[in-house]
Amino acid sequence: MSKFNLNNSYKAVVIGGSAGSFQGVVKILSQLPKGFPLPIIMCLHRLKHVRNGFVEALSIKSVVQVTEPYDKENIKKGGVYLAPANYHMSVELGNYFALSTEEMINNSRPAIDITLGTTAYVYRDKLIGILLSGANRDGALGMKHIHEKGGLTIVQEPTECMIDTMPKAALAVTKIDHVMKVDQIVEFLKELDKQYR
Amino acid sequence: MQDIDIADLKRISELIFQKYNYDFRNYAMSSFKRRVLRIMELKKLTVESLIKKLNDTPIFINEFLDELTVNVTEMFRDPSFWRIMREEIIPAIQLNHKQFKIWHAGCSSGEEVLSMCIMLKEMGILHDVTLIATDLDVNILEKAKSATYPVKNMELNEKNYIRFQGTASSLKDYYKEDSGYAVFDKNLFMNVSFRKHDLVLGDVFNKFDLVLCRNVMIYFNQNLQNEVLKKFHESLFKYGYLAIGSKESLIWCDYANRFIVVNNEEKIYKKIKD
Repeated sequence: MSKFNLNNSYKAVVIGGSAGSFQGVVKILSQLPKGFPLPIIMCLHRLKHVRNGFVEALSIKSVVQVTEPYDKENIKKGGVYLAPANYHMSVELGNYFALSTEEMINNSRPAIDITLGTTAYVYRDKLIGILLSGANRDGALGMKHIHEKGGLTIVQEPTECMIDTMPKAALAVTKIDHVMKVDQIVEFLKELDKQYR
Repeated sequence: MQDIDIADLKRISELIFQKYNYDFRNYAMSSFKRRVLRIMELKKLTVESLIKKLNDTPIFINEFLDELTVNVTEMFRDPSFWRIMREEIIPAIQLNHKQFKIWHAGCSSGEEVLSMCIMLKEMGILHDVTLIATDLDVNILEKAKSATYPVKNMELNEKNYIRFQGTASSLKDYYKEDSGYAVFDKNLFMNVSFRKHDLVLGDVFNKFDLVLCRNVMIYFNQNLQNEVLKKFHESLFKYGYLAIGSKESLIWCDYANRFIVVNNEEKIYKKIKD
């Protein structure tokens, strides 16, 4: 038993973030244990018409190269994935990504609710969802789906967020298992990693 | 928000196939589910009442298709793609055929066709090109033919056009504003024919030098992508070009080795083997 009461049944980690989440994501990715056993699936709000640069910026300090998946690309253990610009990113039964150019949701494409909602559907109680700093309500409903399927929910401590609208919206609509600062999220992921060794 | 399970989604796609001969059975599940839920919400229907309506009201099918298919698009989406078209792909086609043919497969509301026509006009070769634009949704084809878009969409289209570096100072040179709509010059479509065609069940109907099908096959599962790629292969002349969306890939398809990548960033392929 670890201090977070973890086990090795989890199959994926999904992270959502918007305004003010970049530094947090960089910190998490740069301190990720080598050989982290689960895929990390990220949906971060970004400029819709700038295709290049973001994944490179995230990769500079990341332990693992971050990639923007192609439509129908298989999800690999230990892969770190980022929703590409101007596409929604879903996960399908059978463990692969599907992209779409549907209408914006919460004024966003990619929308965090879509990535969180579809990963919840596929991984059910084997999923850990993390929602970071952000200026709108996108992601709150997705966190609710994760909780309802039995997954573990974590939001960034609102007082630490540059803009706390997003984690607060999630706290208002569903049960959040842990409210953590980014440093604690890093500790949490290290602890999680140990469960698989 | 209601939910719907896979068994009910399968009942719906099976019903549409049997009764109306449209085949959504091999659509990607996550987006198909979102589209059906969206229709249920828009029309205030439950799963059972939706199925009943599809069964009892044949006229509902067009409305259903219109909402089911994704019709979100932009003029000059990915400006760098259009620059490569203008500077490399079209000139390469013209080396062999002064007059050539383009197929816009799954043209939706027509923004890409219109972008192509504007580009060809600026290149001074619009009269040399025959374009066929197809979609399975008849309502959206009417919209495409009208070349009329809400003015509020024009800000993004204009931004893309500026990044494309067209020869006009603004897209405004090509349209007139009329009560909140941008109405484009119909002469741009002088060589375009809009036709209803179903990529899934339809036959190969012509041969082309260039096929554009960007962000359409993302709504298909891999089996269907594979089948549709075979149709594109058959629809292309040898050394013809195929353009797909920037985050699509052919590498999983059986016919991938009959194409080479001409531009990986913009996902432009060339057929090299029959």
